[in-house]
Amino acid sequence: MMPDPSLDTKELSSISGISMSPSRQNSHHSLHSTMALPKTSYSVLSAFCTEENISQCIAYINQEVCSLGLTGVSLESKSGNLSTVPVLNLLYEVLQLQRRAQRALHELETQQLMNGSDLEHLQHSNCRLKDQLEHTRRENSGLHEGERQLQLKIKTLHNCLKSEKEEVQKLQSIISSRASQYNHDTKRKERECTKLKERLNQLLVDKRDKKLSIEISNYVGRSDGKRGLWKTGKMEARHEGEMYRALLSDYETRQRSLMMENSELKKVLQHMKKDMIAILSPKKPCVQPEPADDSLEQAGSEGEEETGDCSRESLEQSCERAREQLTKSIRLQWRKLKSHVERLDSQASLVACQEREGDEMMSRKEHEDEMQRMRLDLQQCKEFIHMQQQLLQQQLSSPCDEETAALLNDCYTLEEKERLKEEWRLFSEQKRNFERERKNFTEAAIRLGHERKAFEEDRAAWLKTQFSNMTPFVDRKRPALSEPHSALAVSTEPEAKLQSTPPLVTKSQSYSVFSTPKAAPVKMPSTADLYRTLHLIPESRGHGEMSEW
Amino acid sequence: MNFSEVFKQSNQLCKVSPDGKYLATCVQYRLVVRDFNSLQIVHLYTCLDQVMHMEWSSDSLFILCAMYKRGLVQVWSLEQPDWHCKIDEGSIGLVSSRWSPDGRHVLNTTEFNLRVTVWSLCTKAVSYIKYPKACQKGVDFTADGRYMALAERRECKDYISVFVCDDWHLLRHFESETQDLAGLEWSPNCCVLAVWDNCLEYKILLYSLDGRLLSSYSAYEWSLGIKSVTWSPSSQFLAVGSYDEKVRILNHITWKKITEFEHPTTIINTKAVVFKEVEKRPVVGSEDLSIHQLTVDNSLFSTQSKYEITQLPAQVPVIKPDPDRANPKIGISALAFSADNRFLATKNGSFQVQSLFWHCSGSSLVLLSKEHICLCYVEAEEEK
Repeated sequence: MMPDPSLDTKELSSISGISMSPSRQNSHHSLHSTMALPKTSYSVLSAFCTEENISQCIAYINQEVCSLGLTGVSLESKSGNLSTVPVLNLLYEVLQLQRRAQRALHELETQQLMNGSDLEHLQHSNCRLKDQLEHTRRENSGLHEGERQLQLKIKTLHNCLKSEKEEVQKLQSIISSRASQYNHDTKRKERECTKLKERLNQLLVDKRDKKLSIEISNYVGRSDGKRGLWKTGKMEARHEGEMYRALLSDYETRQRSLMMENSELKKVLQHMKKDMIAILSPKKPCVQPEPADDSLEQAGSEGEEETGDCSRESLEQSCERAREQLTKSIRLQWRKLKSHVERLDSQASLVACQEREGDEMMSRKEHEDEMQRMRLDLQQCKEFIHMQQQLLQQQLSSPCDEETAALLNDCYTLEEKERLKEEWRLFSEQKRNFERERKNFTEAAIRLGHERKAFEEDRAAWLKTQFSNMTPFVDRKRPALSEPHSALAVSTEPEAKLQSTPPLVTKSQSYSVFSTPKAAPVKMPSTADLYRTLHLIPESRGHGEMSEW
Repeated sequence: MNFSEVFKQSNQLCKVSPDGKYLATCVQYRLVVRDFNSLQIVHLYTCLDQVMHMEWSSDSLFILCAMYKRGLVQVWSLEQPDWHCKIDEGSIGLVSSRWSPDGRHVLNTTEFNLRVTVWSLCTKAVSYIKYPKACQKGVDFTADGRYMALAERRECKDYISVFVCDDWHLLRHFESETQDLAGLEWSPNCCVLAVWDNCLEYKILLYSLDGRLLSSYSAYEWSLGIKSVTWSPSSQFLAVGSYDEKVRILNHITWKKITEFEHPTTIINTKAVVFKEVEKRPVVGSEDLSIHQLTVDNSLFSTQSKYEITQLPAQVPVIKPDPDRANPKIGISALAFSADNRFLATKNGSFQVQSLFWHCSGSSLVLLSKEHICLCYVEAEEEK
């Protein structure tokens, strides 16, 4: 049944196309497609029903029709042909259905179109209204802003007005007070004027002229006892001179005080500068040739120069240049010090920040413990001292009679005496030991001397025998003798040697290093060896070294 | 505190001699001189009229008694009670009379300030000084008594004349740059003369002894200006008190303001100590009020007061005076430096303090009001 799915899908697509597309064009197309559908369906129907499958087709059609709710078509059994009336009825009903469906579709389409246009319209108006709303909002905010600014302006204007009013009031009060003062003065002057006028009148009227006079019984002397002087030009000059002298002395005193102050301040500045240099210079290493250092040194040298200058020149000569130099160098030092202090500050804060993570607490605790311990120690020491003092007091105050005092005095030194005895004993013992050892040593040395002498003699003898043996005469003599004899001779000599040496050996047991009695050139024990054996010199030196020596 | 018996006096004329040996009082027309220690009357003089002004001479040998109504001045001698001297100003009248610093000249200011007559007790010389100015303080003598400064006004301008007190020779005469000179004062070192304008203009001028203008200072314009001026004893500072309730201190090197002190009604400065007088009045029962009781028992009305330190901020009770009146009772009316230059006492506003004086050692301050006397001791911490 291949065409059916395609038919269904086409119908479906067309219907769906109608529902989704808002435009009428599409609907027209869809209508056309539906209209076009029967044509294609007819061509398809021709393929659907053939001579052979009529009954199947009828069955199928009945099925479909039943599902649609129409009466089915019965299959006539006469030669298998369909009765045309029910088929036509069916066809007519189907057409009716189709018509109704189409009408509904049409209505739906128109409805759809209308809705679409409504929607569009609504959307347009929505947009418009939104824009309008935005616009009005903006206007509103602008108006608010304007209002706020106007309010602000009003406030400032209010304040201005208030201040102006206050000023006006103040000026008014000033004016009024001045006016009252003027009035008062004017009144006073007027009163005086009237009094004057009255007086003048009175004087004009009053003929009695009271002359002004002085009645004095006798003239008294001047307060300073001197005689009065005539008023002459010289006097005037003298007065002028005195006046200027007074002024000058005042200026001089003032200048002196200012100079003193000045010099003191300069001294202070110098000290400050020196201190600052001292503070700054140990911090900076001398090796680094920083330009700052140079200026520091220069300033330092300058300062020294200045101090020299100041001491050399008199205080009154305050050189402008020297002053400027001083102030400049001070400022420089101060700036350096300030930067230094700032650096230290930052460093300290950094260190403090680092330490704050627990380290500081520990160190503080330790510090406190230390302090506590120290306090305790101090307390103990104080108590001890106190006790000692008390005891001393007791001792000093309590001796009753001489004997006990003597006894007491004695007992102070008792301990010392005991100690001293002990030490003396030890010392004497040590001395004795030392004497003994010395005696032993001397004995040993004497012995050694003797033995050495003996040894030397023996050596000499042996050497002599050796030498004599080494001579050809001895050699000839040797072969003449039988070998055993020579061997014996040879052997006996060493034996003799041996015999001579054992007594040496037995005598001094401490001899350890000794040459063996062999025919090879015998290594004689050197004096160093001897000394070594006698423990007179340290044994650390090797024999090889000795030979080098 | 012991009190002597009460002596009569008139016009508040009661002065101790400069050497401290005698006390002179005036009772109407009589001049009574007592020994200071025993208060025995030593001399008794009779003047021709009621004495208005009495002054000791600087060497304590003479006393001047001025009778303004009659225009007479009488001078009495302590050494010679018979000696007499009478100065008659005649019809011209007398407004004030004073001694010169040497104690041998009498300066009389005639009525209407027409002139100042200098009478000498040693010679017959008489000097006249014309057009002296009638102001708050128009005459001042230097501390050593060598020079006198006098304010004059001619043709609507202020002038200052400097005289040598020896022979009243006019040393300098120069115009002052003030609008209306109110006062002048020599510095204690006698080299600078401070001249200030009246309250309508805040201006203080500083002239040197030879008449040159050293400097001028004005704190503000238009409002009422200077009310009182005083020098510090070392001549280093000049304190100017004004109507705006502030004291400004000028220094003698630059003559510029170095500091100013305010007098606020609420004291909030933490370094200030405020003493408040607390009065305790005894309760008076009404049935006891009879004349007899009042005359006999004076202590009924006497009040005992003590001073306690108030907590800061302290509110000072101030009576606001009427600002529309002329010379209103606001501003700094009295200033006094202590003798050691350490303290400055000021009186602001309408407090009932008539005068304030320091003791010469600088350790205590006396405040005088109409009815009370208050002694303030100042403890200064020694700085090591």
